[in-house]
Amino acid sequence: MTDSRPLSPLDLETPEKPYLDSNELVLNMGPQHPATHGVLRVILKLDGEKVLGTECVIGYLHRGIEKIGENRTYTMFNPYVDRMDYCAAVSNGLGYCEAVEKLLNVEAPPRAQYVRVILTELQRLASHQLWLGTHALDIGAMTPLFYTFRDREEILKIFEKYCGARLTTHAFRIGGLQYEVYPGFDKDVKNFLAFFPPKLDEYEALLTGNRIWIERTKNVGVISGKDCIALGVTGPVLRASGVKWDIRKAVPYENYSKFDFEIPVGSNGDTYDRYLVRIAEMRQSLRIVEQAINGIPEGPIMAKVPKLIKPAPGEIYHSIEAPKGELGYFIVSDGSTQPYRLRVRPPSFVNLQALDVMVRGALVADVVAVIGTFDIVLGEVDR
Amino acid sequence: MNAFTSYLGSKVTPGQAGNQLWALIYVFIIFAGVALTVMWLINWVERKALAHFQVRLGPMRVGPHGLLQPFADALKLMLKEDIIPAEADAVVFWLAPVIGLLAAFTVYTVIPFGPSQAVSDMNIGILFMLGVSSLGVLGIVTAGWASNSHYPLIGALRSSAQMVSYEVAMGLAVVSALLMTSLNATGTGTLSMIGIVQAQQQQHIWFIFKFFPLGLVAFVIFAIAMVAEVNRCPFDLPEAESELTAGFHTEYSGLRWSLFMLAEYAAMMAVSAIAVTLWLGGWMHPFPNFLSSPAWEFIFSLFPGLSFAGFAAIAFLGTARMPSRPSFKIQRAGLGVFAALLGLIALLLLAIAVGGRANDASIAARFREGIDYVYWFLLKVVVFMYLFIWYRATWPRYRFDQLMKVGWKVLLPLALGVLIVTAIVGVILG
Repeated sequence: MTDSRPLSPLDLETPEKPYLDSNELVLNMGPQHPATHGVLRVILKLDGEKVLGTECVIGYLHRGIEKIGENRTYTMFNPYVDRMDYCAAVSNGLGYCEAVEKLLNVEAPPRAQYVRVILTELQRLASHQLWLGTHALDIGAMTPLFYTFRDREEILKIFEKYCGARLTTHAFRIGGLQYEVYPGFDKDVKNFLAFFPPKLDEYEALLTGNRIWIERTKNVGVISGKDCIALGVTGPVLRASGVKWDIRKAVPYENYSKFDFEIPVGSNGDTYDRYLVRIAEMRQSLRIVEQAINGIPEGPIMAKVPKLIKPAPGEIYHSIEAPKGELGYFIVSDGSTQPYRLRVRPPSFVNLQALDVMVRGALVADVVAVIGTFDIVLGEVDR
Repeated sequence: MNAFTSYLGSKVTPGQAGNQLWALIYVFIIFAGVALTVMWLINWVERKALAHFQVRLGPMRVGPHGLLQPFADALKLMLKEDIIPAEADAVVFWLAPVIGLLAAFTVYTVIPFGPSQAVSDMNIGILFMLGVSSLGVLGIVTAGWASNSHYPLIGALRSSAQMVSYEVAMGLAVVSALLMTSLNATGTGTLSMIGIVQAQQQQHIWFIFKFFPLGLVAFVIFAIAMVAEVNRCPFDLPEAESELTAGFHTEYSGLRWSLFMLAEYAAMMAVSAIAVTLWLGGWMHPFPNFLSSPAWEFIFSLFPGLSFAGFAAIAFLGTARMPSRPSFKIQRAGLGVFAALLGLIALLLLAIAVGGRANDASIAARFREGIDYVYWFLLKVVVFMYLFIWYRATWPRYRFDQLMKVGWKVLLPLALGVLIVTAIVGVILG
């Protein structure tokens, strides 16, 4: 699998073979394709159905978000980050707000931190639900998609009630929160905590023991922990390969160190393990939300942050464990109201590098399964 | 006119009686019926059932509960621009859906809806059916080839490989059922579709229960292979949406595409009909061996009317439950009319069931019998159609190599084993 020959599928002429032989075929998958999660374009070189090599063509959704960041004030740029990983906007916002706070040397008050953790973990659940539905759909199971969307709705309703938006929430502000939680937030979250575990069991009933699902995912897209680290792969993909790395535990941010939760890890690094890891992660997220909603303190929700944010010259790299992996913000400040340089380390973009390693030698159907298992969002890959 | 009346009261198929006119009428009835069922009922039921599996409502706007949606869709498809890609082989591109459709519909000429309710009773009926239905793959392969595009090509290749491998297991399962037909006094079996059902009638057992569990295993092998044969989930690789966009019909649109769909659903019904004929006693009602007293016959003959009455009741219930807002007025009236229509059919069927008893030799009695036969046959086919929908809602798709593995390494040895054991058991017991 980990054949590292420098073979590009577009390189049709190699010394040994002048042109494609009669069994070979270059297949263009995307950018308009039902299973490439948006506008990813993968060029596959196939021998029959066997994949000889892949090449990802990205950038169809490039909006220059990093450049936009250099032309906006710190506050103005905040909503833009929601548009990167639009399936986990809250996590993006958290990462950005924390990075700027770190740059300003302020810390959000405890109450704000609790609310942030609750919303971010709910977002992780929503993101994983979306992943599960689309991943199952890619492998041919239609029904889980509708079940996950039905239940994701409950989370989106909480977001909507909290900040008025469902997807691009702009939930957090630099220094804390703008809005106090709405009356009944407690009850809504607790209702969800009671409502969701049986639904999770329902998804598992459809897939976990399903023979076809196991055959389609076991030993598909295998990647070792070593390769993961070499390629910079993070998140559930890394953990499924047996590397116990979760920034919430490794470099605790917010108040994650106060909560008791486990990091689920896999052993084989295949698609099935990644599925199991994400399912287990959902259960852990529920645990965190439960502890947070029960321990939420009273107090202010906004730290003392100047109206005009002008951090001292310097640079900062801050990363959080987004649903898809390590989401990092590198901000260089020149002392003005706008970042001198803003760079995002998007998990999807980095994880996507592993595609070629994982699908080489596999079949076309596996490419679809592997793209699904990365949980990529093209808005984040292209930015 | 003589040709028209002379056949009435005959106890064989029009093909046997040599009556061309009635054969033509049967062909017309069957084809129109199949086309309408596929286009309207199956389409609607699939969308509704699938929606309800998936916590959705499905079509609700065109007609009450979306009952007219299939017609709206058909109209849309007919009005769409007829696109033939510039690089496609136009003639073959044009021909492919026609081949598929012809293959799917031709098999209906030998499907025995009843002992005389078939266009013809061929003495090689089952061979003809398997042969012609596997011509359907020709339509798919040519479609994939003529499109001159990669996705359809891969879809077509998958389809041909799939059909070739599953036909073997399917054929062996069929042979083991055919062996069972020869277990009579004379020791001669039959390939005729009607003969196969009659053999089950004579042996007083559906072949699915014969030499338990041999018949059952053969049936299960066939039931799996037939899903692969008609390219339905979980074996829908040729048109795997998430992999090949739409597989072999990626480049097709409008009416041509709908011809493919029509062919697919007609083929689904055809293979279900084979399964029903071979293992589930064809047109016989359940437990024909010990529930055959006149009283039971009467009760069973009420079933068609009663089931329509049930449909009517559901439709009436739906009418009553519809919100009484002005915007629902037309829908409500429409559903009411539909319910009344169903109720009328139910009354008619019940009247025939009761009235047809009076004189056993009358044409009405023959008509009543015919309704019974067709009803029980179609009921069993419908069960399979529902299963097809259920599979689609439940299962992920197999990968190509796994599909081959299941076909060659599991089903084929199993089918061979069942065939051999059936033969041995048949010799010992028969």
